[in-house]
Amino acid sequence: MLGKALIIARFTLLEAVRTRLLWVVLILFGALYFGSLFIQHISVTESARMQTGFLAATIRFAAVIVLSLHVASSMVREFNDKGIDLLLSLDLPRAVYYVGKFLGFAGIGIAIAVVASLALLGATSVGGLVWWAISLAFELVLIAALALFCVMTFAQIMPAISFVLAFYLLARSMSAVRLLSESPLLSQSDMTNRVIAHAVDALAWCLPNLDQFTATAWLVDSGTPNALAIVALQTCIYAGLLIAAGLFDLYRKNL
Amino acid sequence: MNERRIGSVPRPLRILLPTLLAVQLTFSLLQPRPQARADQLSPPPPLPLARVMTAGEPIAFAQMLTLYLQAFDNQPGISIPFAALDYDTVSAWLERILDLDPRAQYPLMMASQLYAEVPDENKRRQMFDLVYRKFLEDPDRRWPWLAHVAIMAKHRLKDLPLALHYAQAISTYATGTHVPHWARQMRIFLYEDMGEFETAKVLLGGLLDSGVVTDPHEIHFLIEQLNRLSTADKSSTPSGN
Repeated sequence: MLGKALIIARFTLLEAVRTRLLWVVLILFGALYFGSLFIQHISVTESARMQTGFLAATIRFAAVIVLSLHVASSMVREFNDKGIDLLLSLDLPRAVYYVGKFLGFAGIGIAIAVVASLALLGATSVGGLVWWAISLAFELVLIAALALFCVMTFAQIMPAISFVLAFYLLARSMSAVRLLSESPLLSQSDMTNRVIAHAVDALAWCLPNLDQFTATAWLVDSGTPNALAIVALQTCIYAGLLIAAGLFDLYRKNL
Repeated sequence: MNERRIGSVPRPLRILLPTLLAVQLTFSLLQPRPQARADQLSPPPPLPLARVMTAGEPIAFAQMLTLYLQAFDNQPGISIPFAALDYDTVSAWLERILDLDPRAQYPLMMASQLYAEVPDENKRRQMFDLVYRKFLEDPDRRWPWLAHVAIMAKHRLKDLPLALHYAQAISTYATGTHVPHWARQMRIFLYEDMGEFETAKVLLGGLLDSGVVTDPHEIHFLIEQLNRLSTADKSSTPSGN
């Protein structure tokens, strides 16, 4: 079964190569690199730090967008071409197909993380960059699982990508939202404030803590990213949850 | 219905999905709650970069920056002492927010009512100075915060000359029709507090003569104040005998 999943993963990777995803990534990261040079140019002080901070933050976000768009468009194309119907008509369990697709997209995510770290190679120290790249790879694996789940559920690019972006932005800002909802500046005796604070807590428990992933501080400030083990564990748990949810949905589909 | 029964989902998967959800919830609950740390507040982005980052929505971006800054003011249950924050950085953030959204009142409210409440005189003065400098850029809209700061300078810092300086600035620059008379008259009572009855009398008399005050109750109150000042001035003047 694993062999069949790996074959599907290999063809998913091949599709990325043939649709020139690498070129898109290179051009995008190159444009961001030139943008970071502009930032360095207009900075009055700490110009190198500003450049690295800008480049790391924008590359991280661009990588998430590119990967989720690729996953969504690839899967929608497969739906439209009836490729999925053809594959599942063979002696191939749905779980193997789904896991194979996930492994392929996760591989693309890891490759994008490697290219991203190469773009930052000249701008920061290698030590911090290695941790940053590993964390970005975990993050993109999680995004691959999320985008695959969304496109499997919605079967259309627009709602799937909208959901991925909303989820991603919310997960990244959840810690700040929690801090704000519990502000001592707000009246804690007010029932509405307390209900909102509990609702925000409940929402945070259901989301991955993406604000701990791929911190720019690892690049611009020297420090050991102690959170990397948490990042790896969170990726395993949440990607597993998304794969299980996506599979649940796929098994219930009438193809 | 385009979906198959739940029974068509393999049994291991039906067990795995809620199990993983429970694992995620447990994992999240075991994580420490997010905490704001004073030393994590980095300087704001330079203005040109901040303008680019607004993507044409400076007001919304400024509001997001305000909430971001506010997140550093508190942590669950215990407020970070504002005094623990680097006030140069805080000032830079407040100024940047005002650069992006000059009509916002929130930053100066934070400066005058929150950050200026610390038991550290230098930091208080730093916030007072920020409010004063920003007041000068838009006196008719920002006078309430300088009025508050003037009262704080008088009662908290016991610095009457500084309070008078702020009160005079309100009187001189906040000339809009909606600026209340009490704000512009504040300097008169500060002169009185400083024992400068003659100056206070002159200012009060000038105000009454100017015809700016039209409310009969306010005119009556000011005349009473003028009489009281005259009495106080006479009693404080040394006898010629």
